[in-house]
Amino acid sequence: MNSKLVVSSSPHLRTPETITSIMIDVIIALFPVALASVLIFGYYALVTIVVGVLAAMVTEAVLKMKTDIMSDGSAAVTGLLLALTLPPNAPLWIPAVGSACAILIAKHFFGGVGNNIFNPALVGRAILVMSWGTLMVGGSDFWPVPGVLNFSRNVAGADVETAATPLEAEIVAMGTGWQELLVGNVTGSLGETSAIAILIGAFWLFYKGHIDWRIPGGYIGTVFILGMLLGDGFYMDSVLMTGVFHVLAGGVMLGAFFMATDMVTSPVTPLGRLLFGVGCGVITMIIRLYGAYPEGVTFAILLMNAVTPIIDRYTVPKKFGEVKS
Amino acid sequence: MKAKAFKGGVHPEGHKEVTQRLSIVGSKLPERVVIPMQQHIGAPCEPLVEVGDEVKVGQKIGDTEAFVSAPIHASISGKVTAIEPYNHPTGAKVKSVIIEADGNDEWSQEVKPPGKSVEEMEPKEILNIIREAGIVGMGGAAFPAHVKLSPPPEKMIDTLILNGAECEPHLTADHRTMIEDPEGVVFGLKAMMKVLGVENGIIGIEENKPDAIKTMQEMAEKESNIIVVPLPTMYPQGAEKMLIEAINGRQVPSGGLPMDVGVVNQNVGTSRAIAQAIREGKPLIERPLTVTGAGINTPANLMVRVGTIVEEIIEQCNGMRDDACKVIIGGPMMGMAQPELDIPALKGTSGILVLTESEISYSEINSCIRCAKCVDVCPINLIPSFLGRAGEKGQVEVAEEYHALDCIECGCCTYVCPASRPLTQWIKIIKAEIMAQKKQ
Repeated sequence: MNSKLVVSSSPHLRTPETITSIMIDVIIALFPVALASVLIFGYYALVTIVVGVLAAMVTEAVLKMKTDIMSDGSAAVTGLLLALTLPPNAPLWIPAVGSACAILIAKHFFGGVGNNIFNPALVGRAILVMSWGTLMVGGSDFWPVPGVLNFSRNVAGADVETAATPLEAEIVAMGTGWQELLVGNVTGSLGETSAIAILIGAFWLFYKGHIDWRIPGGYIGTVFILGMLLGDGFYMDSVLMTGVFHVLAGGVMLGAFFMATDMVTSPVTPLGRLLFGVGCGVITMIIRLYGAYPEGVTFAILLMNAVTPIIDRYTVPKKFGEVKS
Repeated sequence: MKAKAFKGGVHPEGHKEVTQRLSIVGSKLPERVVIPMQQHIGAPCEPLVEVGDEVKVGQKIGDTEAFVSAPIHASISGKVTAIEPYNHPTGAKVKSVIIEADGNDEWSQEVKPPGKSVEEMEPKEILNIIREAGIVGMGGAAFPAHVKLSPPPEKMIDTLILNGAECEPHLTADHRTMIEDPEGVVFGLKAMMKVLGVENGIIGIEENKPDAIKTMQEMAEKESNIIVVPLPTMYPQGAEKMLIEAINGRQVPSGGLPMDVGVVNQNVGTSRAIAQAIREGKPLIERPLTVTGAGINTPANLMVRVGTIVEEIIEQCNGMRDDACKVIIGGPMMGMAQPELDIPALKGTSGILVLTESEISYSEINSCIRCAKCVDVCPINLIPSFLGRAGEKGQVEVAEEYHALDCIECGCCTYVCPASRPLTQWIKIIKAEIMAQKKQ
């Protein structure tokens, strides 16, 4: 018999799940997205992703003063997500600076994993957008038409060197088929173009129980409905297809499944999660239709991150057996 | 009738295959027993014997005037050698009567059949037999059975539910009781229904025990007002609030009791003990318990005399493996880890579980990543992550505002937490603080 017995409070069983295993699941879920970006935009996308991930991991290791750059895996996820929001031809210092800002300012200034208010990858992206706007937002040399490993070059503007993102101009959009948007063979940020790749990844997160339907459902549903109601039916002369367009074009899919669902910065209550998704959708559409930026996903999610504590505060679920007094 | 799954809950590995086919066998008669005067929720008993007294099996050795309590009986025949505070599975030292066996196992003359059938008895008589037999809830909480069966007259009770869920992993003693003595279980149920004057008797059993469901159904078919309801296999299905909601859709109000929704709950083992008390006059001096876990050499279901030392029970199962490192009284989700094994098995001891090194996690406590998995599994619909933080920081008001007192301590939140946060533990601590402040 063992002379020393372990004593602890119940329960004495635990799932094998850890923060690291969740982060690994997110990386697995992002693999199809990253793969799609390489297929669509070429090997340079891979370089951008590697730089973004490494910069995040190194920044975290330096801040924690540890040599283990894997740590709990959360920095790698941040770097990967940030890289996937970047223009395909961005110079390599862009992912490096963005990841470093994300980890330093958005994560560790707030106390490290679990304590940040804003989604670190999106803060990194927001800093880049505000500091190097012409480079980050469409219409510049950094937004090529889909590149080396193109499935098809039949995208609007394929005859020119650069193209606007699908939301940039309705003219361009009208030339882009919805099938193209689904596959992702259009111009856009690295990871946002392929709805199919995003859905495959999201399925893994659903399967593993890391996200539920409320945030992506609220977000995408709201974008779809507002797209139909307010989108002027410009796309394919169809109100319905304009709603579809607003969902598939731009960053909504990536944002809804991978950014808004960030555990740390979204509400914990079930109703709160739904409201959060709806709020993201509303703000995204306001920015898209009436704002100065062509795309609103980044700022929509960041704004909703800011109100997450108050959403949680006012959506406390009804406890079992609650008696109305 | 098919029960609905409750909201939340978890699916820990059952491990029940280890012991679910092992019949309950009588354990070796102990040479010495330690019988604490507190084995139940409520007032402790005062010893009725003195050091040097000879006692016989079933002789009452502890009792009290208090209503919420249950008398205590000698579980072996022999001589009282000491009455002193002794180690108790709760971690406290509790006044205990220590009896050295004379080896005769001679039963007290107090133990005799009542001489009339349950049909001839008045409800009060039955209730008195249950009280005098010292019967307490045998699912683990050890609440005196006669108290539950005496609801205030203004509470209209219409249903008696027998809990055969046995949702804790590893444990199979209730399962075996239903297989081996279904007649006794139903007899006890009918007697309790008579005490309460209710027409509906329902036996709820988790679907992972199809043989028990079949056996109990065959027995229940002979009765017009007793049915068996299979329950989804999901921890904590056996928690009384979850059980009642699954069976008849009623939610026990926050801060209330099952009787507030017209229900009284008893465990199947308790029902069987009540049958034995009524038919044979036998008090609660022994109980079935499961000795199991990877750390035990020969897992078993044993009928153990109350007061048998846990270490001796483990030795009867050929001892522990070298890598055994945690001994739990009860199940792995709500049971208590023991610092030492010189403790007695009690009326409420449903199992002895021995875990090995590889089954224990020592992971460090990380920051909450707000994954909300605890929110999703909480059967009471609380926000365990917030409560845990309030407990960690000692924020009594915050904990109260987020309904800490409604927590049933099932452990689901800690079970799923990827940040290894001991949420249940923190909530238990802050609950105790809230209660202490309320008393002031």
